[in-house]
Amino acid sequence: MSAVATAAGYEVVIGLEVHAQLSTRTKMFCGCSTTFGAPPNTQTCPVCQGMPGTLPVINRRAIEFGTRTALAFDCTVNASCRFARKHYYYPDMPKNFQISQYEEPLAEHGGLEIDVAGGGVRRIGIQRLHLEEDVGKLVHEGTLETAPSSLVDYNRAGVPLMETVSQPELSSPEEAAAYLRAFRAVLVYLGVCDGNMEEGSLRCDANISLRRRGATELGTKVEIKNLNSFRNVQRALEFEVIRQAAALDAGERIVQETRLWDADRGYTRSMRSKEFAHDYRYFPEPDLVPLELDLAFVERARAALPELPRAGRRRFVEQYALRGAEAATLTGSRALAEYYEATVGAGAGPRPAANWILSELLRVVPGDDEQAVRDSPVSPAHLAGLIRLIDDGTISGKIAKSVFDKMAASREDAATIVGREGLTQVADSGALALVIDQVLAADPKLLADWKSGKTAAENAIVGQVMKATQGKANPALVRDLLKEKLSKT
Amino acid sequence: MTTDLTRLTMHALAAAYRAGEATPSQATEAYLARIAALDTRVGGYLTVTAEAARAAARAADARLAARRPLGPLDGVPLALKDVFCTRGVTTTCGSRILEGFVPPYDATVAERLAAAGAVMLGKTNMDEFAMGSSTEHSAFKPTRNPWDLSRVPGGSSGGSAAAVAGDLAAAALGTDTGGSIRQPAAFCGTVGLKPTYGRVSRYGLIAFASSLDHPGPITKDVRDTALLLGAIAGHDPRDATSVPEPVPDYVAALDGSVAGLRLGVPREYFTEGLDPEIARAVREALEVLRGLGATTTEISLPTTDYGLAVYYIIAPAEASSNLARYDGVKYGLRVPGRDLIDMSSATRAAGFGAEVKRRIMLGTYVLSAGYYDAYYGRAQKVRTLVKRDFEQAFAAVDLIVAPTTPGVAFKHGEKEDPLAMYLNDVFTVPVDLAGIPAISVRGGFSATGLPIGLQLIAPAFEEARLLRAAHAYEQATPWLERRPELS
Ligand SMILES: [Zn+2]
Repeated sequence: MSAVATAAGYEVVIGLEVHAQLSTRTKMFCGCSTTFGAPPNTQTCPVCQGMPGTLPVINRRAIEFGTRTALAFDCTVNASCRFARKHYYYPDMPKNFQISQYEEPLAEHGGLEIDVAGGGVRRIGIQRLHLEEDVGKLVHEGTLETAPSSLVDYNRAGVPLMETVSQPELSSPEEAAAYLRAFRAVLVYLGVCDGNMEEGSLRCDANISLRRRGATELGTKVEIKNLNSFRNVQRALEFEVIRQAAALDAGERIVQETRLWDADRGYTRSMRSKEFAHDYRYFPEPDLVPLELDLAFVERARAALPELPRAGRRRFVEQYALRGAEAATLTGSRALAEYYEATVGAGAGPRPAANWILSELLRVVPGDDEQAVRDSPVSPAHLAGLIRLIDDGTISGKIAKSVFDKMAASREDAATIVGREGLTQVADSGALALVIDQVLAADPKLLADWKSGKTAAENAIVGQVMKATQGKANPALVRDLLKEKLSKT
Repeated sequence: MTTDLTRLTMHALAAAYRAGEATPSQATEAYLARIAALDTRVGGYLTVTAEAARAAARAADARLAARRPLGPLDGVPLALKDVFCTRGVTTTCGSRILEGFVPPYDATVAERLAAAGAVMLGKTNMDEFAMGSSTEHSAFKPTRNPWDLSRVPGGSSGGSAAAVAGDLAAAALGTDTGGSIRQPAAFCGTVGLKPTYGRVSRYGLIAFASSLDHPGPITKDVRDTALLLGAIAGHDPRDATSVPEPVPDYVAALDGSVAGLRLGVPREYFTEGLDPEIARAVREALEVLRGLGATTTEISLPTTDYGLAVYYIIAPAEASSNLARYDGVKYGLRVPGRDLIDMSSATRAAGFGAEVKRRIMLGTYVLSAGYYDAYYGRAQKVRTLVKRDFEQAFAAVDLIVAPTTPGVAFKHGEKEDPLAMYLNDVFTVPVDLAGIPAISVRGGFSATGLPIGLQLIAPAFEEARLLRAAHAYEQATPWLERRPELS
């Protein structure tokens, strides 16, 4: 990795700040819908438009989701937390302040385990987890400063956001990407966020600094914004490592600033100073009373936690004898893990079930999309049925792949397709012997090679028979017939 | 029908309706006529909703004719301070920045009054964003005191108090953040009650200082206050700070005796700043209450002196935040600019008056990094001490009796210096900081014929006790017999 090479003399220190949109039905402080993609300003009300006289009311479901996540990250859920106003002027924010949490967040002091290079596991500390409201969206040409006008859509304003701040304990761009992946998997498992980075359901900012190996003092921290995919997190941080290392090598000082990642051009650039010179004038939100979370509420949330991805992964390796990487992919989303277990539960062997899901199902269904997996055109029961047809020799593995594609297209089960299309493996030795004779008659050279005992010739004959039968021949039976025929000549 | 309907209290008007002696339409027409004739001089209203009022009155006529009134407020013509959002009716908060703003929703109190059948006559004048004690700081016009048009009605609910005192509405709603109901009630000789914080919903009340804003009634007598409070009080799921405490029958509570009630008189309220006429009126009031069987003792509220200082940190801090939304982007005034920041700056420069700007700057300063702890943080701590003062006092007494204001209504333009204006709230501000209920009732007259306000203060959610004592005092004194000569 070039970033690593360039920074050989440096230690990289990264912290991630992740904003996740909670998949509650309604907004953080009003009853408006949170559905993505509605026509502008149709999902708004006086409250989320910040009209005079309106007041916020806390969405209890968002508190539940935040608590659930905090517990999954092993955080301490505070018995009392408080919302605070964070002030800055920007027209996407209707009140010109954001209701967030400041000194008294929902939860603190947690951690998340990630895989690191060389097969190890590291626990990355999580400083805090808090809830806040999202802002709206501005629509204009070019930059806000130069556009002749701008339109504002408040549909997103007030959607619940959960901000989670890691400790600066990630030591490479790869680890940062691994953290974000593990983070996303947990959120999706918990059902608190759809994890869709393209639609902005999950957004990431990073802090990164370099220090000479062995130095005890931290280097100057640079904040990078606009990291909207796993790949961009890694690329942007790799760019920053190189940029900062080169600057340090040249004896320059790193400026503490906020930089924006430009994914198209592949570099970070400095944002204007006003973006980070804010005095947010935080103070406790007087329209909301402090939120007391009683122990019973927290314990109920804890008891309701599902098995989390890492635990599921360990169990899959032990219970189903899968390789670590396979288990990791299969537990990449809760829906996929459930799909796998349902397939096994429907009678498929753990090994073929894993193979079929990893190589075929994931071609047609994005495994990290919970809903897509649940709506998979091939159900776990149907997949198990397909595997059964292979096991009992009804169809060949090769035919099975095309049957799978047909299942994915029609949502029919395997037996129906196989029966209708006559795809049953040809296991009739008389019929096969006839095909073999035809193949040999058509190619005297092949016949001669075969008779002189060349293995390659036998393989070629089997291949031609398979071709002639459109894959329906049972290859093992073809070989037996050939052996028999040879012994007779 | 011989009596002028506009002179009647709400309960007398309701009785006249029930007796078939008057109809809501007649009362509404009488008020609309009086407003048309006199309000150019008083300046109580910013908006008169004559047609909507007539329609509401006709509906009430029908209900009363069918002997199915919605309750004691059915068909009673009321006014709302322009701080309350009213669906489809311009709501300005006394500010240019909201000129022409028509809310798409009703404040909870407006909704509750409408549900009780009340007829809304219009929206009353106020100091801009409720910041002021004289209603001279309305962006649109000053309001005048019906007792003496050269004098202020108090503020910020000056339009509501003047309308009620001048018989331009049977009753009105105001808001009290530092005294804005009780002080104008005192100046105009009406009854004004600031309920416990959380007793009445703030939803739809355009915020000045969220932790201090209290909506409440301004009426002609204590019985009307009990009626009106009963109609607007109670939990509102849209206001997270509203309290799910049951609402007692405040009217029924008026009938009790005050015998044995322990009254505390805070020594800190009787300083040299207090007009001797008012001090004498309070002492005479105590005499009257003792005559009714109450006992009186001197008490101490040691943090009284800090009230104003704390208030002028917390209220501007919250205001600077609440008023951040007026940027010309979404509603109200927009002054075009070169770019976004220029537009917002120009809009705010043109839209806010001097007093509002002063408080925004003050509030922005006290919340700034590096100053927060020294100002806002410390003010919150002292606020806790102010609360504790009252709690300790109420361990020994049932009610506190005090003057409402240090002086009677002053002349227009008399208090140009903001600090002199702020001092007007010295006896009302601590009660807002504590969030406890207090009422101002007519407690006599100055030699110049101006009303004097007597303030009663109760522990949280003891409005019934407050009303009972205020009612007993009102019944035992002749003060309500006098009325301002407007026409
Ligand atoms: Zn909304």
